[in-house]
Amino acid sequence: MSKSPMITLNDVSKRFVGSVDDAVTNLSLTVDDGEIVTLVGPSGCGKTTTLRMINRLIEPSSGTITVAGSDVGTVPVHELRRTIGYVIQQVGLFPHRTVRQNIATVPSLLGWDTDHIGSRIDELVDLVAIDRSILGRYPLELSGGQRQRVGVARALAADPPVLLMDEPFGAVDPVVRGHLQGELLDLQSRLHKAIVFVTHDIDEAILVGDRIAILNTGGILEQFGTPGELLARPANQFVADFLGSDRAIKRLSLLPIDVSLLEPSLPGTAADQCMAAIDVGATLKEALDAIVSGNGRDVAVCAEDVCVGTVTIDMIHRRLTE
Amino acid sequence: MSLVAQTSNQPLIVWDWIGRNLTNIWDRTVEHIVLTVIAVGIGVLISAGLSLIALRWRRSYSPITWVAGLLYTIPSLALFTFFVPFTGLSVLTAEIGLVSYTLLILVRNMVTGIVEVPSEVLEAADAMGYSRRGRFLRIELPLALPVIITGIRLATVTIIGLVTITSLIGLGGLGYFINRGLQTFSSPIGTTQIFVGTVLSIALAVTADLSLVGVERILTPWRTRRIGR
Amino acid sequence: MSQFVGDVVAWFADPVNWTGSNGVPNRVWEHVQMSVLAMVIATAIAVPIAVYLAHRRMGETFVVGIVNLARAIPSFGVIAVALPITIRMGLGLGFWPTLLALLFLAIPPLFSNTHAGISGVDQATVEAAEGMGMTNRQVMTGVEIPLAMPIMLVGARVAAVQVVATATLGALVAWGGLGRYIIDGFATQDLVEVFAGGLLVAVLAVATELLFSLAERLVRRRYHSEQLTRSTV
Repeated sequence: MSKSPMITLNDVSKRFVGSVDDAVTNLSLTVDDGEIVTLVGPSGCGKTTTLRMINRLIEPSSGTITVAGSDVGTVPVHELRRTIGYVIQQVGLFPHRTVRQNIATVPSLLGWDTDHIGSRIDELVDLVAIDRSILGRYPLELSGGQRQRVGVARALAADPPVLLMDEPFGAVDPVVRGHLQGELLDLQSRLHKAIVFVTHDIDEAILVGDRIAILNTGGILEQFGTPGELLARPANQFVADFLGSDRAIKRLSLLPIDVSLLEPSLPGTAADQCMAAIDVGATLKEALDAIVSGNGRDVAVCAEDVCVGTVTIDMIHRRLTE
Repeated sequence: MSLVAQTSNQPLIVWDWIGRNLTNIWDRTVEHIVLTVIAVGIGVLISAGLSLIALRWRRSYSPITWVAGLLYTIPSLALFTFFVPFTGLSVLTAEIGLVSYTLLILVRNMVTGIVEVPSEVLEAADAMGYSRRGRFLRIELPLALPVIITGIRLATVTIIGLVTITSLIGLGGLGYFINRGLQTFSSPIGTTQIFVGTVLSIALAVTADLSLVGVERILTPWRTRRIGR
Repeated sequence: MSQFVGDVVAWFADPVNWTGSNGVPNRVWEHVQMSVLAMVIATAIAVPIAVYLAHRRMGETFVVGIVNLARAIPSFGVIAVALPITIRMGLGLGFWPTLLALLFLAIPPLFSNTHAGISGVDQATVEAAEGMGMTNRQVMTGVEIPLAMPIMLVGARVAAVQVVATATLGALVAWGGLGRYIIDGFATQDLVEVFAGGLLVAVLAVATELLFSLAERLVRRRYHSEQLTRSTV
């Protein structure tokens, strides 16, 4: 598939009026269809600025940005924004409009007829898992998690090919955040949007990102690659520090158990006969956890109540170094 | 002291007088309402214009509020006297003074209401492709409405009180009775008129205030409904 | 129009208007005296009660009620109603009904702003003061009142401007002050005198406003209190 990327940033820089330093420096990035790219870095690294340049809430000082093949600078700004979904941490739901009216915002701006909007809202309600009963409510009557889901539904309303998300789950509690992250990945597996996702949380960046762009102060791109690549081969000390001292553990959480590398166990042993067992779909991090919890003993791997092999520390180590 | 002896046995309120003057009282109440509505109406129009200027050119806000504040500080009676030599004892004189009084309250609330719309809401509106005008009319204005209506409430209640003073320049609405009463204060009819004018003016202010609260509730259901939950 | 302006200038230039009991100095002095007296008494009544109630976290609903009600009462009506009251009390015309009306108008803004100012003091600051062993009285005078001072002064400003304005109406109940020029001028159809009186009242009111604004600014700078809780008026 040699399709051109959905979003391309080509040598983009931004210097704000009155500032002597660049907020973003010669940044080049691509985001493909169906891909989530996370922008991560310390505060002041220009990740939000970068995001906001894509829908021209901020105009770049130099460089070009294309979305779906056309230079964003040449598209009338209101038309451009109606084709790009945008989700922010504070959500920014319109307090004076009901959930239904909030979701209908962009379709209304695009002049869809009432029936079309109605059927679209029906789809979105199912898609983002919000309760139909809240459609008539006002934002002040919603919980934090509900607001965030409505925000996502509103961003997706006109089925934009591109979705920009700025720390979308930063203001909700950790439990809800976990749910929302899972829902986003689930949603993406069905919708295949090109998503740019800004976060300051490296764990979130690793969890949701197909690729991660690590930015340094001044919007300098330190490394751009898949989570696995970054964790295995950080390009420099900054990236390594940012990924954290538990880099190896993080990597383990990305790697699935490779059945072909398991030590053989007695075939056909029932799972409940094993001392400790994990599911075949588990990650190596979970496997390691089971081994450590079991005082270092090997752990059986089971598929549907039947053991398929044994995972050992050696095997985990080999996977990390290969 | 003879005044005390003369008055202390008299009733404060002559209910008969009220019964005999119902038509007159009604006419003066209507006059009071008309003077108030004209003043607040014109005040809202002028303030809306001034607020748009202040929002468009932020630097103009402090000179505008400075002048409006000056007009607000000058006692209403003094303000009326400035125009009497030129516009006479007329409705125009009264309205110039009354309108001047509304400006500070209204401009301050209009500008504050718009400026205090949460930035994330504006960001979301921009990102969804609202034009500047569309954003102002559909997002900012409705969200500023509660603060704007609060300003209109304050202005209305204040003006209802001040209308009574226009009785000194020959108008007055219910203030007419207060003024007449003062001229015959030693008679029970005089005190009756004072009380009728004052009490009805208060009643009018309270009614107007509550009505505007009602209007606000109807226009801004998104704020009030959660209180019930 | 220029004729009229000339007449007003002439009025101010006329030595007759600067001497005697109806001269400008005396009328200004009367007006100022009455206003200061009303403010001092109103403060003595309103502030201690408001401080105490706010310190005890009491009277919130009362404050909201008093603010709304005070706004609905016409000052002209207040001074008119004061007249039959003082007459029946044997206090007569002039001074007493005017003072009574001014007190009635000055107390609500003083009370509500003092209450709001004290209530707005950060509870953590108060707890810290209590934690260090300050008595109730020390907390009030040493912590709460200084921190609430800018807002208390807003109340004083609103009250003072209102008092200066309404003292003008004292002329209607046979008191003196600057209102005499306006009321007497209307009575004798002397619009020049009316205008001159209006001008003097306006200047005095604006001067009062500026004086209190200045005091407010000085106090704010002194305590540079950032927590500018909103005034209620």
